[in-house]
This record gives sequence, structure tokens and C-alpha cells, in this order.
Amino acid sequence: MKYIVAIIQPHKLDEVMKTLEEIDVNLMTVSNVLGRGRQKGVTEVYRGAKEAGSLLKKVKLEIACNEDFVEPAIEAIIKGARSGEIGDGKIFVLDLVDVVRIRTGERNGNAIG
Amino acid sequence: MNSGDTAWVLASSALVLLMTVPALAFFYGGLVRRKNVLSLLMQGFIILCVISLQWILYGYSITFSPDTGQGIIGGLDWIGLKGVGGQPNADYAATIPHLAFMIFQCMFAVITPALMIGAFAERIKFSAFLVFTILWATFVYDPLGHWVWGTGGWLRNLGALDFAGGIVVHTSSGVSALVMVLLLGKRIGYPEHPFRPHNLPFTVMGASLLWFGWFGFNAGSALGANELAANAFVTTNTATAAAGLTWALIEWQQHGAPTVLGVVTGAVAGMVAITPACGFVNPMNAIFIGMLVSLFCYIAIARIKAMFKYDDALDVFGVHGVGGIWGTIATGLFAEKAVNEAGANGLLFGNVHQFLVQGLLVVVTVIYAVVMTWILFKLVDAIIGMRVEKKNEIIGLDLTQHNESAYTVIE
Repeated sequence: MKYIVAIIQPHKLDEVMKTLEEIDVNLMTVSNVLGRGRQKGVTEVYRGAKEAGSLLKKVKLEIACNEDFVEPAIEAIIKGARSGEIGDGKIFVLDLVDVVRIRTGERNGNAIG
Repeated sequence: MNSGDTAWVLASSALVLLMTVPALAFFYGGLVRRKNVLSLLMQGFIILCVISLQWILYGYSITFSPDTGQGIIGGLDWIGLKGVGGQPNADYAATIPHLAFMIFQCMFAVITPALMIGAFAERIKFSAFLVFTILWATFVYDPLGHWVWGTGGWLRNLGALDFAGGIVVHTSSGVSALVMVLLLGKRIGYPEHPFRPHNLPFTVMGASLLWFGWFGFNAGSALGANELAANAFVTTNTATAAAGLTWALIEWQQHGAPTVLGVVTGAVAGMVAITPACGFVNPMNAIFIGMLVSLFCYIAIARIKAMFKYDDALDVFGVHGVGGIWGTIATGLFAEKAVNEAGANGLLFGNVHQFLVQGLLVVVTVIYAVVMTWILFKLVDAIIGMRVEKKNEIIGLDLTQHNESAYTVIE
């Protein structure tokens, strides 16, 4: 089992959800996050005072899946989120040790889907 | 008595109330960090409560009741509104009930200390702020109001012109705000770390309501529904428009983009600058007053404040102090008797004397406000302590001074 964390452009979320749905990955957690990459964010100006390095708005997706779904999920996220411009985001893949469904107490592969 | 005049002054009083809450409170509230937004709303609201009472108990009397002899302070004749009733007072406004004039002036007494809360924002102890506000209203605003507006006031007798409060309201509060921030010190992290406005839409809404309410402030100061009120209304709108546009153009040239915070800041500066002049100048000259105030205030905020690094958190000195001083000087430049027979001609209409009187008005007000605010600050600081503890400043004033928070993160 793997835990996929993807940081994407907020306006790409709808497309990524659609491409994931196409490969039958429907379960995810989504949150609004702030972040920056190599360009060190944007510059803001308030009453003439410049503030460089402000964080940009991003969306974070978290998806837990069985091994068979990992590569298709990564491809689906890229397909939905990629524009080719700087700032498209990143995908992190982590090993997942255990999963518990709270309602039934099921564990691991039985609980993941 | 004139029912049209009375209706206009009462409606204007309500408009000026609106300037304090919600307009000014939200203008400021949007500019601070989310942990301090309630403290600004609270300070604005409590000033409305406290000064409304101070005013009818004794503030109105010492400001406007007949002079005690030296032109320095009014008497105690009208304490608790004794003798202030439905009959007009011809010294101030012959066509409206005395009570209507009193409550109109009450709203000015309320908003003046409220303007200052933007300067010492995010670090002042609420109890100390409350005591300081009452003392400042009593020992700075009330005497100054008497000097400039009260019958027998010494600056009024010299012929000083301040139509709606450029000196009494804006210069006094703006300069006092600068003294406060110098004595109080910078917020933790200033200027190394940026302090971003947490809700600029609040600020834009507040500024827009200020523009609306300011018609009561300025056109209401004609104390009647007449041509002078119409002139003040038009000059106010014109100067505000010119100042907002000018600020946007300055930022566009300086930073490549006009900001909404810049436009509304310029607009407020424009309202401040036209305040002393609105009943004495014509609408075309109001354009110059508005354009120049944005230039002066921009330099004060983006250059001078940046150079000296004093933490005037929301630029009360930069907007109200600088704008009020410019407006008072501008009155001495652009005033003309063709607009207001009871006024005077300014420098551009050949009257050097009026220009000098306006200069004196600025010098006297600045010195008096600086000295008195310094004394009152030291007094309250010694007895109560003006600044919150470092720990409380970091947690935020909403939680540490008022036990509540503006926004929930989780339901």
C-alpha cells in the first residue's frame, strides 16, 4: 500500500478528480495549502512596502491505494494537473503501514477501498 | 427654527456615527492580522459608548459653552446638558435645536480618538487604552475644539478656518498617534517581518462607508440644508475622487500595478485633506487638494516611515496627520469669499494673512497635541502599563484582551 500526496494548482483540481475517476480512484482528502517552489513565490505590495517571497495558494490531495493503483494514479494526476508551466506542483509517494476503517474495524487492504 | 436644516443635521449626525462603526472599525479591522481584528472593532465600538457619555456629561460643556475668559476652555454651564434643549443656540446654529448641534458635535468627539486606534494597533492593553482615550478626549480634543470652534476660543478669534475638523479632528489625532507609536514601540517582528492585511475586502468596505459617511461630516458641518452644504458635498466628493485616482497612478508608476489598498488609502487621504477646506474652496481647487494629498501621504508612508522605521501600524499619522496638515494649509491657499462670505480669501486670492493664520493653527495644534499626548501616555503607562505582555502580543489581543476570537478554524 502507498500513500500519495500531490500538491497541485488549485484550478486543476476538477480535472485531476476527473482523470482519477476514469481509473476508478474515487477516495481522496483535499485541503487548501500555501507553498512555494524554486521561484520563491510572489511579491506583494502594501502601501508601497514590498514583500517578496509570499506563499502561493495550492491544493493538496492525499490518496491511499493498493500497489496496483499507484502507477495509474500518478499518471492520472499528471494528466490532469500538467500545464507545462512553472508551478504545476509535485507528487510524493510514501509507504503506507496500516489502514483502519473506523466503522467496522477492518484493516489494511480490506479497509483501503 | 428650520425643519429642513434640522433634518439634515440629524441625518448627518447619524452619517458621522456610521463613520466610526462600522466604517472606520472595518477599515482598520481588515488591515490587521486575524488574531487582532476584534480588538480594533471593540476599540471603535467602546469609544462610541464612552465618549457619547463623556460628551453629554461634561465634554460638550467644556468645548462649546461660553468661554471662561481667556479663550482657553469653555465653562461648566452646560454640564449634563443643563440648558441645552430644543431652543436653538444662535452662536452656533440659529436654525436648529441646540440638542441637534450638540449630538452632531458628539459624533466628531467620538470619531477623533477612534482614528488613533489604527496607530497603536495590535499591542495596546485594553484597560490602558480606555483610560487614555477618556483623558485624551478631555485634555486634547475638548480644549482644541474650544480654541477653534467655541465662541471666544482664541484661535477662532484670530480668524482660523477649519470647516469640518481638519485641525481639530485629523491633525490632532494624527500627530498624537505618531507620539503614541514612538512611545509605545514597534510590534514584535516589525519591520523585519511583513504584516499582511488579513481581510482587504473589509478595508475596502470600510473605506467606501467612510466616503458615504463623510458627506455628513463635511456637508453636515454647514449646519443647514443650504448652498454651503452643497458646496461642501461636491468638494468632498471631488477631492476624494482625485486623491484615490492619484494614489493608484503613483503606485502604477512605482510598482507596476495599482492596488486596491492604495486607491482606498488615497481616497481617505483626500477626504481628510478636504475636510477643513470643503466649505471655503471651489470644486476645481478641490481637485488640486486631492491630488497633492495623495502625493504627500504616499511619500510620508512609503518613504519617510520606511526610512525611520516607526511602527505607525495602519498609517494614522501618514494619512490623518499629514493629510490634515496639508488640508489646513491648503485652506489658507485656496479659500475664497466667493464660496463662503463668512470665510476668508486665501493666499491665491491675495490674502497672505489667512495663510499665516492657517500656518499658526498647524504649529499650535502640533505642539499642543505632542506635549499633551506625551504627558498623558507617561501618566497612564506609569499607573496601568500601556503595552500588553510579549506573550499576549504574540497570542493576539482578541484572545488575551477580550477572551474571544473572530474566526473558527474548525466548526
